[in-house]
Amino acid sequence: MMKIALDDDSAVVVIGSGAGGGTLANELCQKGIKVVLLEAGARESAATFQNDEWGSFGQISWLDKRTTSGSWRVSRDFSGLPAWICKTVGGSTTHWAGASLRIQEHEFKARSHYGDVAGANLLDWPLTLKDLEPYYARAEDKMGVTRTNGIPGLPGNNNFKVMYAGAKKLGYKNCHTGRMAINSRARDGRTHCRQLGFCFQGCKMDAKWSTMNAEIPKAEKTGNLDLRPSAHVLKIEHDRSGKVSAVVYADADGNQQKQRARIVCVAGNSIETPRLLLNSESSKYPDGLANSSGQVGRNYMRHMTGSVYASFDKPVRMWRGTTMAGIITDEARHDPSRGFVGGYEMETLSIGLPFMAAFLDPGGWGRDFCRAMDNYANMAGMWLVGEDMPQEDNRITVHASEKDQHGMPVPNVHFSDHPNDIAMREHAFGQGRAVYEAAGANHVYPVPPYPSTHNLGTCRMSAKAADGVVNKNGQCHDIDNLFVSDGSQFTTGAAENPTLTIVTLALRQADYIAKQMSMKAI
Amino acid sequence: MSKTIANVDAPVTISRRRFLKTGSGVLMGTLAAGSGTLAALAPTRTWALSMSAMTENEGRKLLKVVRGIFPHDTLDDAVYALVVKDLDAAATNDANVASMLRDGLKELDKLASGDWAGLDYLARENIVIKMAGSDFFEKIRGTSVVSLYNNEMAWAHFGYEGASYEMGGYFDRGFQDLDWLPAPDTAASPAKA
Repeated sequence: MMKIALDDDSAVVVIGSGAGGGTLANELCQKGIKVVLLEAGARESAATFQNDEWGSFGQISWLDKRTTSGSWRVSRDFSGLPAWICKTVGGSTTHWAGASLRIQEHEFKARSHYGDVAGANLLDWPLTLKDLEPYYARAEDKMGVTRTNGIPGLPGNNNFKVMYAGAKKLGYKNCHTGRMAINSRARDGRTHCRQLGFCFQGCKMDAKWSTMNAEIPKAEKTGNLDLRPSAHVLKIEHDRSGKVSAVVYADADGNQQKQRARIVCVAGNSIETPRLLLNSESSKYPDGLANSSGQVGRNYMRHMTGSVYASFDKPVRMWRGTTMAGIITDEARHDPSRGFVGGYEMETLSIGLPFMAAFLDPGGWGRDFCRAMDNYANMAGMWLVGEDMPQEDNRITVHASEKDQHGMPVPNVHFSDHPNDIAMREHAFGQGRAVYEAAGANHVYPVPPYPSTHNLGTCRMSAKAADGVVNKNGQCHDIDNLFVSDGSQFTTGAAENPTLTIVTLALRQADYIAKQMSMKAI
Repeated sequence: MSKTIANVDAPVTISRRRFLKTGSGVLMGTLAAGSGTLAALAPTRTWALSMSAMTENEGRKLLKVVRGIFPHDTLDDAVYALVVKDLDAAATNDANVASMLRDGLKELDKLASGDWAGLDYLARENIVIKMAGSDFFEKIRGTSVVSLYNNEMAWAHFGYEGASYEMGGYFDRGFQDLDWLPAPDTAASPAKA
């Protein structure tokens, strides 16, 4: 592996090794560009991942101190854990379920398509589906998404059978085992899914695509990558002209190091990315880097979510097989007659007994709670995930007094549902219930949102510099050699699980950066 | 995190009990007749939990409090004892927790106007419920919601199967064995590779 000297200012420094950063790093390395990839977490592997929910949670989750505020229930039930994301090489691609859906054409034009929604800070993306189609195609091929590129769908498990039976009875037209970045056949040097379950805990078969098992090893083979695990970035520095010039990080021993850089790409997920920009304030940039619009940290989105579990008279054993085993896409359309704008997906989800106890009714106890848990083996489950409204006051800020283990201000995550989010969740709960009742459920359990897995929008893309933080290439409006390379770029959330789009944007951004570098523009 | 009954120090012989002088006592029990799946996981039907910060009597009461907050009528005491083990460990690490638990147990007697632990289970439960929201209740609830459901005895009881990697996953072990609903068509759910 290449070692890049700390005072070498010719490399691209990528912060974060997840879907955005890990993919971008590999793409740049493939083009012959030297990359320092800084990852706050340690390096795990299929061999070290655990088929154990709490054990794995302690191994790969981002558990650094965070605070919460706002009216969302997560702030009450999990006040120090606003998000369920990862601190490990591969970032949250170690944890994701694998659902790989393209954003729909109209969702890129949320402001024009939905109109003026009171209280929502809607904006059209500066990109269209047509712009992204070639990159989506490359991403699907790279990730081995089922039902694309001639790759067969995964076989459905018991949990899917229940969803499918209910969907058919209800008259839904589009229910199948999904477009998943999980190998249904051996592909790209990785074996096929053995239906372990435990997709959230890191795939022990490497059947599920992650940057840990696919992008980073490929980047290492080029000889252009200097991957530094346990390197927690604290601050980005700039020169007198205002261009970013170096990154300060704490290494595994807690010692501060400074890596000089030609270009810096931030991909720390939508809480850490704005936190880092805000914590990098200077006399030249008193409100934080790239924040002339005041939009850094704002418009935090987490998707409208919720779950529906249901118990049946006979066993389901939903934990057997892929965590996300199937999807109903009929409700993903924009149809304001339902009482809200945007749409949502219905995706099977299973959690093990330990996490069911934690999430079924956070804070719950007593006879009703126990009766539900007694039915665990007979339960089927689905997750509801839809477009939530960007709101200016839903935002990441840095805490005035609370500090992390490195002495840096911790992020506060402030979130309250928009009325549109609430209306959509109510509708989704109703439809989830209807699916399971059609399949014969004897009891239905609507389950409130888990800590956020889809964190989006806090450095959004905009055509005009006044409306957002980055342009359509993820390049900061204010600073040419500073990029945002994760889901923070999303102008709006769309209904779909975001990873495929994050990877797609990283592919496009890599082309742009390489071109700008060769033109000596940056 | 306790995962097997072995962590409840079973079995403990009488002679060994005499050596456990550092602890305040030993909580013992016998797996109920009929708890066949649990018995299969345990070397003997007798279990014993050596207490460190709390006394045997307090341990016995705490077990009943956990049963009152999470009343699974057929779940064996041996599983509830795992929560007591974790509460005792927390009390060992933090004297404030120990005194909070002691005070809570005294409060239960006060609410019962006598010996709370001597009441029948429904009467006990109705009094425990009155403590909801207190630090005592929340400490026990928060510990239980993890400990009670994160061990192999609980998994056997509730029918959850735990880790699957070592057995090759469920690819050849029933991930599609649900037979009380029609099979999806192959376009929706292709045959396995």
